Amino acid sequence: MSDKVLEVEELRVEFPTRHGVLTAVDGVSLSIDRGEILGVVGESGAGKSMTGMAILGLLEPPGRIAAGRISLSGERIDQLTENELRQYRGRRIGAIFQDPLTSLNPLFTVGKQLVETIRQHLPLSASDARRRAIELLTEVGIPAPEARVDHYPHQFSGGMRQRVVIALALCAEPELIIADEPTTALDVSIQAQITGLLKRLCKERGMAVMLVTHDMGVIAETADRVAVMYAGRLTEVGNVQAMVRAPRHPYTVGLMGAIPSLTGDVQELSQIPGNMPRLNAIPAGCAFNPRCARRIDKCTVDIPTVSGSGVACWAVEDEVRT
Amino acid sequence: MSQLPLLEANALQRQYDVSAPWLNRVLERRPRQFLNAVAGVDFQLEKGQTLALVGESGCGKSTIAKLATGLQKPTGGEIVYRGDWNRVQMIFQDPFASLNPRWRVSSIISEPLRTLKPGLSRPDVARRVGELLETVGLSVADGSKYPHEFSGGQRQRISIARALAGEPEFLVCDEPTSALDVSVQAQILNLMKRLQFEFGLTYLFISHDLSVVRHMADTIAVMYLGKIVEIAPKQDLFDNPMHPYTRMLLDTIPDLQNPVRDRAAMTGEIPSPIDPPTGCSFHPRCPLASEHCLKETPVRSQEKFAGRVACFAV
Repeated sequence: MSDKVLEVEELRVEFPTRHGVLTAVDGVSLSIDRGEILGVVGESGAGKSMTGMAILGLLEPPGRIAAGRISLSGERIDQLTENELRQYRGRRIGAIFQDPLTSLNPLFTVGKQLVETIRQHLPLSASDARRRAIELLTEVGIPAPEARVDHYPHQFSGGMRQRVVIALALCAEPELIIADEPTTALDVSIQAQITGLLKRLCKERGMAVMLVTHDMGVIAETADRVAVMYAGRLTEVGNVQAMVRAPRHPYTVGLMGAIPSLTGDVQELSQIPGNMPRLNAIPAGCAFNPRCARRIDKCTVDIPTVSGSGVACWAVEDEVRT
Repeated sequence: MSQLPLLEANALQRQYDVSAPWLNRVLERRPRQFLNAVAGVDFQLEKGQTLALVGESGCGKSTIAKLATGLQKPTGGEIVYRGDWNRVQMIFQDPFASLNPRWRVSSIISEPLRTLKPGLSRPDVARRVGELLETVGLSVADGSKYPHEFSGGQRQRISIARALAGEPEFLVCDEPTSALDVSVQAQILNLMKRLQFEFGLTYLFISHDLSVVRHMADTIAVMYLGKIVEIAPKQDLFDNPMHPYTRMLLDTIPDLQNPVRDRAAMTGEIPSPIDPPTGCSFHPRCPLASEHCLKETPVRSQEKFAGRVACFAV
């Protein structure tokens, strides 16, 4: 079990507001091994980014971790102070966000930003750090890194900027990378370059990667395992190929049917009736039950979990038992 | 099919002046600079059909939307629209920016009615707004709410209801579902298809998402840096892509049904449209590029595959 880089158990993230406490993440448990990419997929408001932010210790107050544990290579990190956390972020957990323009400081050259981050975490001299920065830019596939290191972020294209952000995340050789929608702002022809890079780095360096995205296609081709989230809870966890071939949770089935196909011919896309509930109006029992065609009595009373079968659904569990 | 197409673009061009300010040009001796957002585009759109424009950022697809609705004038070539200009409507990408937050939904939807049919009485307008809300799957009571009370998908329904208010025959949809979640996207795409069938609408559908385009379009035009590189009926384009760019595009998009774990990524980047490569603008990324492609710009011609593809190598 020493291969588990990240372990999240029963994580609960709450936002106290004037109108009561909102639960953005509710009882989420997941783990990522060395060299593994876990895809976390869901629609807006499903709590996938919140889970990532909680792991990074970057929840915006009043958001807070209300329950559960987060461990990095066996050490608990959810109760650290802000100062201790700062030692972890960047050093042991790297982060890549959606918009590369906002992750980079427009006033400094990328070299200066890389050197600063490297020296923050590693005991290197300025010239060694610069050499390391150039190595990192080479590794993420930036052409002519010796010249590019002195350029400003605006002189890079979107795809190249995202490569710089990945280089920044790699500075201190972290064990875990949290990538939140890293390809959403990029064109399709560039998207494949970035996911390819993430895959290569993950395998070569044995990093654990948590890939948060709404794009099932990207998950299907990049991740090893996938966790589907709905209204702050996990609905289905499992091997990517198996889930893509045969989704089991009614929500996952609906989600996959809603994606226009590149091969088959469908006149009408399958539609999930209704909308995802707001956080202040999550129904009792299974959060998906009002929209679910397979609802049974138990669904409106008890909350199903993914433990065991990997599917948080009473109807699926019934089916397995009989 | 002897009927003339509803919309026709002939050698359509749109240029933007992106020069530095006058003083800089004089002091730094910089020349004027132009960006050719649309650089000679031809297409025809028959009544009741859907033509999709697909391409990556900066390929000029949104500029064509503006030209086709008459929001901007072309700087070269022409747009021929054989219909009633009052019956052209547009649906935009961002349902948060395209609805006035201070107006009630009923005022938003009735605006085209009040402008285009000033003779309509108030009760008639109210009845029509109620009908439109129900057509797009909202309820009459939603008319008295404000846009912020709705989710993204519901707002897009409001935009569609507003577009339908003018009884359009031609709708230009610029990335109508890009800001939406997939399950909501499915609802909107199904709605748009149903409306097309019911009202015989003609769509110019703009998107960067090939799977969405495949679902919606009859004909697909693939654009690259201001030009159509390939145009073909949907089935032909997907079964037998001809232009190297179309092929690479189809090869790089993740496929949910048949995932390719070691997909080869397209090399290179999209060049700047201010300073496009000489000859065929795709040649720096093209595996089939030859000397010829560097010097001359390929055009679609009737002799070659009935004007389907602009490429020397196929």
